[in-house]
Amino acid sequence: MPTWIVTLLFYVALVAVVVAWLRGTVLGRGFSVPLRTMTRPVETFEYPESPKPVAPRFHGRHQLNLYEDGLEKCIGCELCAWACPADAIYVQGAENTLLERFSPGERYAEDYQINYSRCIFCGLCIEACPTRALTMTHEYELSEPDRQALVYTKDRLLAVLPEGAMATPHTDAEVRARGLNYYGGPAVTPPATKGGTTVLSASNRKFQRANQVLGELHDHPLPAMTDGSDEAAAQAGDVN
Amino acid sequence: MTETLPLWVHLVRVLAAFAFFLLGTALLIWGERRMVAFMQSRLGPNRVGPFGMMQTLVDGIKMFFKEDVTPGGVDKFIFGIAPMVGVIVGFLSIAVVPLTALPGMYPNDAGAIHVGGEVFGLQVADLNVGLLWFLAMGSIHVYSVVLAGWSSKSIYPLLGGVRSTAQMISYEIAQGLAVASVFIYVGSLRVSDIVMIQATGVGLADGVPNWLAIPLLPAFLIFVVSMVAEAGRPPFDMAEAEGELVGGFHTEYSGLRFGMFMLAEFMSVTIMSSIIVTMFFGGPAGPTFGLPVGIAWVASLGWFTAKVFFFVFFFVLLRAALPRIRYDRLMNLGWKVMIPAGLVWVLITASMVVANDGGSGNGRWVVAGAGFVVVLIAWVVSPILTQVSDLGHGASPDEHRTEEVVH
Repeated sequence: MPTWIVTLLFYVALVAVVVAWLRGTVLGRGFSVPLRTMTRPVETFEYPESPKPVAPRFHGRHQLNLYEDGLEKCIGCELCAWACPADAIYVQGAENTLLERFSPGERYAEDYQINYSRCIFCGLCIEACPTRALTMTHEYELSEPDRQALVYTKDRLLAVLPEGAMATPHTDAEVRARGLNYYGGPAVTPPATKGGTTVLSASNRKFQRANQVLGELHDHPLPAMTDGSDEAAAQAGDVN
Repeated sequence: MTETLPLWVHLVRVLAAFAFFLLGTALLIWGERRMVAFMQSRLGPNRVGPFGMMQTLVDGIKMFFKEDVTPGGVDKFIFGIAPMVGVIVGFLSIAVVPLTALPGMYPNDAGAIHVGGEVFGLQVADLNVGLLWFLAMGSIHVYSVVLAGWSSKSIYPLLGGVRSTAQMISYEIAQGLAVASVFIYVGSLRVSDIVMIQATGVGLADGVPNWLAIPLLPAFLIFVVSMVAEAGRPPFDMAEAEGELVGGFHTEYSGLRFGMFMLAEFMSVTIMSSIIVTMFFGGPAGPTFGLPVGIAWVASLGWFTAKVFFFVFFFVLLRAALPRIRYDRLMNLGWKVMIPAGLVWVLITASMVVANDGGSGNGRWVVAGAGFVVVLIAWVVSPILTQVSDLGHGASPDEHRTEEVVH
């Protein structure tokens, strides 16, 4: 028999002995547990690059939603602030005017603050909200170098303006011209994940209560956005 | 063996040994954390450099720049030298380990390094008391731990120091006995002789490596257990025992001096692996795959590295698989199992060696037979002695128990 075959057989026998020990003895089976674990995929997530997906109804930071035309859903009722057990929400309502309309109803939130150094993410505020203006996103990376920065104001809480929508304030005439049924009509702007940048997956969207639309969105195509001139408003009025 | 090699050869050897063990230890610290992590279903350090390899480097930088606190009331001088002793002794004990094949090991000196007309192996010093040197350095390493524990003037370090004194001294005996059977078998303490006999001697069959672990399997097993205890690694890491003693002997240390303790601990893993590979697994011996004489040393260095890595992996596996052993059981294992087993095996080895080549005539059979008879007598008598000593205490262990219940 050539030497190298003997050598090979020796190493094979050596491996066989080790494997037999690992499989056949109590001690060896104990040692093979970590060895087996090595061959399995790890249980951890590589956080900053690919964080663990959160649950569909995860209570992340809040978002103030908008209607499809850009109007705010929030009507400044302060029910969220009243519901808040941690006293983290401050709302200052104000009247909409004919020239400056922020929300469909009478009032809107002139100032809206959530203090994330107080918020306990219980979600009672979003339960309380009558217009689904306030919902919670999947964003949870809220650390800041100073406490003042944890007080989120409207500029950071408002959802991203929908495609083709116009920033508030709108004039009353424009809003009337669109003729949308805001209450019970097509609800708009489903709350997005990660601060409005990521669109929810289809499976997640199923669970989004904020997405309970009444009527079909596409049955009521939005009129072309105008700069608020009288002709456009009149035209829209004629259709109605 | 008087060598007449030029100075640069010695410098190359020293640098190579330093580079191999320092780099190896740095990679080991990272590799151990990664391997243990995978054994525990997580990833481990993977941020700095490729696969997180530079983690040890940045940890070192961190320790370098951290405040090095010297607590009030410590013995400043001893507190300062204790960590240095560990590192220095670690580096000294690697001097006898050959990293590549030595001249004369293979035909045409293949496996050794051929540079500038000189032929040499990467072994810093081929002492004629090589194995004793290694054991001596291991003994001095105990001082590092003991002095650290003593000079800290604090309870936990003291307990850690006392524990490790007892542990290391106990297992040093078993380790020494395992080493003794190796040099009885080889007939030399010189490391190059031990490696040579494994590289050139014929073992079970032509082609089977003549590793001493095969004829001296019990000595190998004793050495494996005692080397883990000597290195103070799990499951024998009583000296640190962070669950009970905060950090053991290095509780009061911080900054660079703490880093030195860490380095010494991890270095002892590499050293113990190297020594066991050298003594029982042929060190750098292995097939050179027909590489040309000038390059074959790469193969022998590769064999050495691969074998060392296997035992480093074994250390890591021990850490992942086993919980820390209780202290009294550690002592029982050391004194009641390891040392007797070592003694018996030394006697058996000696008898075998005498029977094999104890000169002509019947004298060698008498000597060898006497050895076996002594072993046999010890085997028969020791249980009786145990019984007698139990009787001396008035009761067998079971009766003790009932007595306690009655009281």
